[in-house]
Amino acid sequence: MAVAARSIQRTRWIKLQVFRYVVFLLAAIFFLVPLGAMVEFSTRANDGSRTLDYWKAIPSYPDLTGAIAASLQLAVITSIVMLVLLVPTMVWVRLKLPRLTRIIEFMSLLPLTIPAIVLVVGLFPMYIWLNNNLSDSILTLSLAYVVLVLPYCYRAIDAGLGAIDVKTLTEAARSLGASWFTVMWRVIVPNISNAILNATLLSVALVLGEYTIANNLLYNNLQVELVHLARDNAGVSIAVAVAALLFAFALLVVLAFVGGRPRRVHDEPATALAGPLAASQT
Amino acid sequence: MTERSGVEVRLENLVRRYGTVTALDGLSLTLAPGELVALLGPSGCGKTTALRLLAGLEEANDGRVVIGGKDVTGLPANRRNIGMVFQAYSLFPHMVAWENVAFGLQMRHVGVDERKKRALDMLELVGLGRFANRYASQMSGGQQQRVALARALAIQPQVLLLDEPLSALDAKVRSRLRDEIRRVQLEVGITTLFVTHDQEEALAIADRVGVMQAGKLEQLGPPTLVYSRPATPFVADFVGLTNRMEGTVRRGAVEIRGASIPLVHPDVPDGPAIALVRPEAVALASDGDMQEGPLVGTVIAVAFLGAVSRVTVDLGDTTVLVQVPTSAASQHPAGTRVRLELRPDPVLIQREEAVPAAS
Repeated sequence: MAVAARSIQRTRWIKLQVFRYVVFLLAAIFFLVPLGAMVEFSTRANDGSRTLDYWKAIPSYPDLTGAIAASLQLAVITSIVMLVLLVPTMVWVRLKLPRLTRIIEFMSLLPLTIPAIVLVVGLFPMYIWLNNNLSDSILTLSLAYVVLVLPYCYRAIDAGLGAIDVKTLTEAARSLGASWFTVMWRVIVPNISNAILNATLLSVALVLGEYTIANNLLYNNLQVELVHLARDNAGVSIAVAVAALLFAFALLVVLAFVGGRPRRVHDEPATALAGPLAASQT
Repeated sequence: MTERSGVEVRLENLVRRYGTVTALDGLSLTLAPGELVALLGPSGCGKTTALRLLAGLEEANDGRVVIGGKDVTGLPANRRNIGMVFQAYSLFPHMVAWENVAFGLQMRHVGVDERKKRALDMLELVGLGRFANRYASQMSGGQQQRVALARALAIQPQVLLLDEPLSALDAKVRSRLRDEIRRVQLEVGITTLFVTHDQEEALAIADRVGVMQAGKLEQLGPPTLVYSRPATPFVADFVGLTNRMEGTVRRGAVEIRGASIPLVHPDVPDGPAIALVRPEAVALASDGDMQEGPLVGTVIAVAFLGAVSRVTVDLGDTTVLVQVPTSAASQHPAGTRVRLELRPDPVLIQREEAVPAAS
């Protein structure tokens, strides 16, 4: 009986494994074929031979390199502003104002329900005022982007905070003499580091891929420049698009390594206690 | 006897309201230096609120908190120099045990070497020296609470607060750790407030027990006094088991089914009353008439509790709990007729409608 049951279990396990590999393979094909086609296109010369000319030409487009630099700066600024705004607010709401949780959640998720083009209509007068009175730098786009990334980052950080006992950890740290800043920096942040990394990655990915707001507010970020470039030199445009995708992939890998970093190895074996508590290893 | 070196702690007329609910209603309590006081009471009685006000984790609507002669009512939690062990596991998950214990020392700008040494010393004190490099996730609940105790003591606080630190542990571990907390507390000599809803815990380790109800202190005294001379019917009911038996007060004693029992407070007017009788103040008679009489009944259940057993006897119009040595209980299985004897231990009375069942 036991042998038959084990055999059935093994057959099921094999079927499950096969199913997993098939799904993985289909997903890989779905994502890799277009990527492969882009790589193939960006390395194909007019005569059909392989060339890296399009890739080498990327630095020769000053507008493009400027747009790449601007998008990267926007990604960094947006991520920092988002974290500085969101993490303390969410912790404070959990600790002191739990009744506001629903309202904060609703407000944070609201941008998700508003199409980007509608956001632009709303933001346009504000940006006219900003351009006239403060700055017309493309970096001011980070203000709009913070709103744009809010729903995704809220979800990521909320999941992180939900996984720890924020109230008890905070009170423990406070009773040990920690200031509020120390509580945030030394206790909360290290324990939601994965959530912060996830939120940052989402933020970076969204900013690097954003087109509608930048284009309609007449700023040249990476995506806007790629569209312009595609009309002029499709090969270079595709090469940059592949590079952007690879950059996002590299970020994911970094995240996986940092987030999944194993804890320090310990020398102490789990042996019985010595001394007065030898009988009370609890 | 260990010399005590703690400070006096005074809670003066503390009031705490949450909207329309008054959680603490003018609580006043003084802890002598080095004393361990346990606050005991049902959920929502205000005991944890009192502890949190003392810790500075909440603000009082009225009243004062005085530690070592200094008014700390307005001080935030991080400036009160109070060590606290929480009900929930509160070790910082990203730090190993010694780092957790050293955290408070770091907040006090103690150098790295010194704080590591002191953290390891504290871990030795609670018997976890070998676990210094373990994360919370690599320790059992009992070990985590002992590290939390070491962490609370490492900062050499003026007061130690224990907020039901054993409630998440299983019975055996709880009992051991309870004794361990008392040993360490006596060794360090720190003034300690211990909040619990477990009367056994409170009675076992406290110098004095405070029983709370509805935001007020019903009684404060040594465990033996609180148990044997409860000040109010609520205390009698809450601390230990109590039989509620109908009787008549007459000249400072209460007559219950023919037996006369002295009263804790003899100066009460004569008349019908409910007497609160402890199960251990009732015995099973070994001789006499087992068929007729006001205290003759039938055993309906016997609960084995180890050295003692709890026998439930049906007297017809009420049931009575009797706590006797297991050897005596074994002679009276369910269904046998028994005659009860009431020991002349002073009892409290309650002026209210008769409640037939034992509580």
